[in-house]
Amino acid sequence: MTRSPGEPRRVAYLYLLPGFALFATFVLAPLMHAAWLSLFQWDGITPGTWVGLDNYKAVVSEADLRRAFGHSAVLLAFYAALPIAIGLLLAGAASRARIRGLTALRTVLFLPQVIALAVVAVTWRLIYQPTGWLGNFDLALPAVGLVGTWVAYGLTFVLFMAGVQKVPQSLYDAARVDGAGALREFFAVTLPALRGEIAVALTLTTIAALRNFDLVYLTTSGGPGDATTVPAFEVYQRAFRGGEVGGAAAIGVCLAAVIFVLTVGINRVADRAART
Amino acid sequence: MRWLALLIVLVLAGCGTPGGSSGDNAKKAQQQEQSSKKIDVAKAGKVTLTVWDQEVRGGQRRQISELNAEFMRRYPNVTIKRVAKSFTDLNTTLKLAVSGDKAPDVVQANQGRPTMGQLVKGGLLRPLDAYEKAYGWADRYPKVLLDLNRFSTDAKTFGSGDLFGISQMGEIVGLFYNRTLVPDPPKTFADLEAALAAAKQKGQVPITFGNLDKWPGIHEFQAVQNRYADPSQVRDFVFAKQGASFDTPENQQAAAKLQEWAKKGYFTPNFNGVGYDPAWAKFGKGAGPFLIGGTWLLRDLTDALGSNLGFMLVPPADAGAPPRALGGESLPFAITSKSKNPDVAAAYIDFLTDPNAAKVLVQTGNLPAMPTDAKPTEPAGVQVFDAWKALGEGDGLVPYLDYSTPDFYDQITAAVQKLMAGREPAKAFTSGLQGDYEKFTGSL
Repeated sequence: MTRSPGEPRRVAYLYLLPGFALFATFVLAPLMHAAWLSLFQWDGITPGTWVGLDNYKAVVSEADLRRAFGHSAVLLAFYAALPIAIGLLLAGAASRARIRGLTALRTVLFLPQVIALAVVAVTWRLIYQPTGWLGNFDLALPAVGLVGTWVAYGLTFVLFMAGVQKVPQSLYDAARVDGAGALREFFAVTLPALRGEIAVALTLTTIAALRNFDLVYLTTSGGPGDATTVPAFEVYQRAFRGGEVGGAAAIGVCLAAVIFVLTVGINRVADRAART
Repeated sequence: MRWLALLIVLVLAGCGTPGGSSGDNAKKAQQQEQSSKKIDVAKAGKVTLTVWDQEVRGGQRRQISELNAEFMRRYPNVTIKRVAKSFTDLNTTLKLAVSGDKAPDVVQANQGRPTMGQLVKGGLLRPLDAYEKAYGWADRYPKVLLDLNRFSTDAKTFGSGDLFGISQMGEIVGLFYNRTLVPDPPKTFADLEAALAAAKQKGQVPITFGNLDKWPGIHEFQAVQNRYADPSQVRDFVFAKQGASFDTPENQQAAAKLQEWAKKGYFTPNFNGVGYDPAWAKFGKGAGPFLIGGTWLLRDLTDALGSNLGFMLVPPADAGAPPRALGGESLPFAITSKSKNPDVAAAYIDFLTDPNAAKVLVQTGNLPAMPTDAKPTEPAGVQVFDAWKALGEGDGLVPYLDYSTPDFYDQITAAVQKLMAGREPAKAFTSGLQGDYEKFTGSL
């Protein structure tokens, strides 16, 4: 029997094997192990006790943890929504005017992405020092969030700029001939063209927002009180300080599940929008 | 999908009950105890001791390098392989290191339930009572300092039972003061409050304080707590003695007083948003009359303020009453159960805490926990030494509250931030923490 050249063949799996082996060893196996640990009450040293789904019940019922997930939701606005809005605004503006030194500008805006987050956190701690925001129960969370905005908007801007540059100039010309103003042009041409980039940006920033640990740990350690605790910070506290490895693993698994569902959702919506 | 299912089965099969291999601790401890003896290290053959410590700052680093070098000079057959880590790094990695196959021989395991308690529970530390008798360590320390390093072998009881480590240095959390602003140090707690009010009136920051890092708040609370609560009450609480509680009238009074001070503006404005290091640095530049701080700041503050720096304990309610202060000792050196040379390790620990070591500690600007004739030269240093001696003789040392349960540190630091910001009344502060505490003691 002969095959036509484009038909799938079993040998293709062989090519996937090396990548899959790496993925299985460093992602799947640890994930399974964490899921297994989350079914125990375990201090990390002495034999653990099987508790079934109790750790998961605690994730839902403990007020501290619910608050931590709530803080994450607030941070989503600062880490994902705000940077994308700013990125779109900048890209929209840049699409209308020829900016001199665009490369230099792009580099400057992208810089926060390149700096290690630990450095970012220590620097912003110093910047905030005279304001006292990080010690204010109402302002600490937005203050931490703004650092995330500052880190992320360079990324979204560069992504959107790349997207805008691939839009044929003729579309803009046509819009202008039809008498579209800046706003109309943005919504009719730029925004639809950037759908794919927005999905990518949203995925990346959402993941960054939800797994956020270093910024919180280094700026406020979850304080004042517990005004800035986030799930990933709770994972660290419980596993490495409190000796509740099982509970920490359960939070981690839940967090991974939330991220997974959100990113799949984002991409579904983007795909559907692309087809219509 | 079939492959994935197979993989899941394989991974789960390889798991088993986590931590399942650790055996019966009591029996292990007994066996180790019996084989412990004082030996002549020179005749122990070629030995390498791996030591994990956190003596990484200034004078601490100097003393440990000096003592390690001296030990190896005295016993050329011993090599000390030192692994230096920061305090936080050490605390978060120690459990994994000590339970692994290549466990270090000697480690600094922080007092209390969060670190030492969990290691003892897992049977990972060696009981040192036989060494204590052989080397006479009991003569080197006040009883409370040894008790802080004691646990029962199942780690349910803290503060009595087997000895699991000994420390080199003492530490006190007291009042640093600026002599130019405080010519006449207060003798009673009421005097202190008057001095704070007067400083506020003059537009100074009475107590320089930064609590962004969360943990300094424990020191402010305990400084005030000692005015009201007897040391035995706090010790019983930390050691989880029967009937001990955090929700006592004394603790409520202390919490209310601390909140009152914060409300009156006796602390640095916005203290919850100011870092610990910037805060004491400001005090070093003359920001205000007082700083509640630990003796670990002595070196740096002396460099900043010179002979203008003074140190005293938070004064008691009545003049001349026995001194009390939050304090204790540096992280104790412990021997791991897996160490192949425990007798050499014990000799090393003995060497780090003997009279010769005490002298080296003084020379390098540290406060030795054990008695010594050597004295520092700066006035504040002398005050620290005298306070340490008085606290030892008067049995006035009060342990850190965060030793109490594995996660009391997180709970009390967050609670003090709320209390001092006026977000939570004193009663809610004490009853809330009591609730957290009971969750732990109920599991004992």
